[in-house]
Amino acid sequence: MLGTAGLTLEVPGRTLVAGLDFRLAPGDCCAVLGRNGAGKTSLLLALAGLRPPAAGTVRLDEAPIATRPRREVAQRVGILLQDETESFWGTTLEYALLGRFARAGATFGADAEGEAAARTALAEVDLAAHAAQPFRTLSGGERQRARFAQLLVQSPAAWLLDEPLAHLDLGHQAAAMRLAGRLAAAGGAVMIALHEPMWAARACSRALLLYDSGRFQEGPVREVLTQANLEALYGCRLEPAAAPGFPLFLPAS
Amino acid sequence: MRRFAAAAVLAGAPLALAAALWFGSVDLPARAWLDTVAGGGGETSREIVWGLRAPRAAAAFAVGALLAVAGTLLQVLLRNPLADPAILGVSGGASVGAMAAMLLAWPQWAISAAALAGACAAAGALLALALRLTGWNVHRVLLTGVAIGAGCGAVVSLLLALAPPGRLHGMLFWLLGDLSGAEHPLAPWIAALAVVAAAQALAPRLDALALGQLKARSLGVAVGATQTIAFLAATVATVAAVLVAGSIGFVGLVVPHALRLAGFGEHRRLVPLAALAGGTLLTAADTLARTVVAPLEFPVGAITALVGVPVLLALLARSR
Repeated sequence: MLGTAGLTLEVPGRTLVAGLDFRLAPGDCCAVLGRNGAGKTSLLLALAGLRPPAAGTVRLDEAPIATRPRREVAQRVGILLQDETESFWGTTLEYALLGRFARAGATFGADAEGEAAARTALAEVDLAAHAAQPFRTLSGGERQRARFAQLLVQSPAAWLLDEPLAHLDLGHQAAAMRLAGRLAAAGGAVMIALHEPMWAARACSRALLLYDSGRFQEGPVREVLTQANLEALYGCRLEPAAAPGFPLFLPAS
Repeated sequence: MRRFAAAAVLAGAPLALAAALWFGSVDLPARAWLDTVAGGGGETSREIVWGLRAPRAAAAFAVGALLAVAGTLLQVLLRNPLADPAILGVSGGASVGAMAAMLLAWPQWAISAAALAGACAAAGALLALALRLTGWNVHRVLLTGVAIGAGCGAVVSLLLALAPPGRLHGMLFWLLGDLSGAEHPLAPWIAALAVVAAAQALAPRLDALALGQLKARSLGVAVGATQTIAFLAATVATVAAVLVAGSIGFVGLVVPHALRLAGFGEHRRLVPLAALAGGTLLTAADTLARTVVAPLEFPVGAITALVGVPVLLALLARSR
């Protein structure tokens, strides 16, 4: 569904990713791990067609994503952005409804189907009671969940989640990861930038590690998320912890 | 709050227009006024109501609508709550043209032509400097507009310093906003309807754009085209308003904010309500400006600020 060919991403003076060939297929749930500034966000933005690569291409359904109209792209690819402006004056329900733009077009804002979808999405992220509340009065974690609800309303085929757990309490972190798992199980192609390898090991089938100077490593989580790889990735000593059924490492004290 | 605000705006517009037809330097008895409005009345009262007051009230309403919608668009485009029509430097350019023409004692039509030329020069400079090739960078557009406006302000100060005392009064009134020369409401009405229609067509895109360019694109909005159309509509609105009424401040800033604070965030509601509320505010302010010290007139721009500031402050104090 989403694929890259020779994708190279750069910021001034640094290469983030060099020559990435990668495919994200329906049913995949792929974690992206890396240090701060390693290029996780840049990669997700490039996959969404929101950041021009230094070299290589991103393909959506075998066509270069850069050449397709934004509305078509938005029907297929959705992205949960890490930070966004908070100058939204409407209610939480109206915020979630904005996800409908790519599908509703001219009738935007006046369709009952869209409103039903928005209410369902708010219930999914445990915000049903906040539907009529002004968006700007939500707390940080509630806003993050409202963003997720907006993405659910957008209902794309490929879900790019940039640190979806930011600002969330432990219970809502677990709920968000379960939701991501359900999206993949329902045939979505899911890619999640995470800071916590534990969630990658528990909830994802594949992992993409972004090392310094453009190096990367990709594969099934059990092969990729080893102590040696994660120590190199994060530049810190780790020690294995006992965990039921998945690899877990904690920073060495 | 939302219902009350919507009702106030919808009821306020006809009330403000009726008041503009009734009040003026000549007192009309209620009976004579009603007869005239109903289509009868004496020749003198017909001339006063339909010949003098109606065109001016209509022009004031259109200008107010233009300024409020321009402010609404610019606050989204520039992602800055302080954006108002003056921030692009377009009204600054118009001021330079108009002041120069008034200093040279040109006739009224030439003053308008000079203001139009100044506005076009400023808008052209903004387009050339801020949007050239590199696309839309909010901060660069904002700073370029502010710089052009500041430069124009300096030139206006120089022209005022050169002005003989006899012309200074007229020049100051133009700068503060003045509707006494507004006798032809047709052109501003056409502009207002076109700009409102354009803004209304963009409404859902503006909702998304208010969340940022990246977010809007991720939601499927063609951001470049949306920004270009919105920018052109805001510029046309500002130029049309300035040509009719000089540079009236505050309407474009306060009206959209007041409506947002009252709970209207979606642009498909915000745009038409801003047009109505802006028209109402300016019509009411102009009626006050020409009646309080009749037969003298206050500059209407001072009245819009005097009426609008307390309203905005009250709403800010109430809002969460």
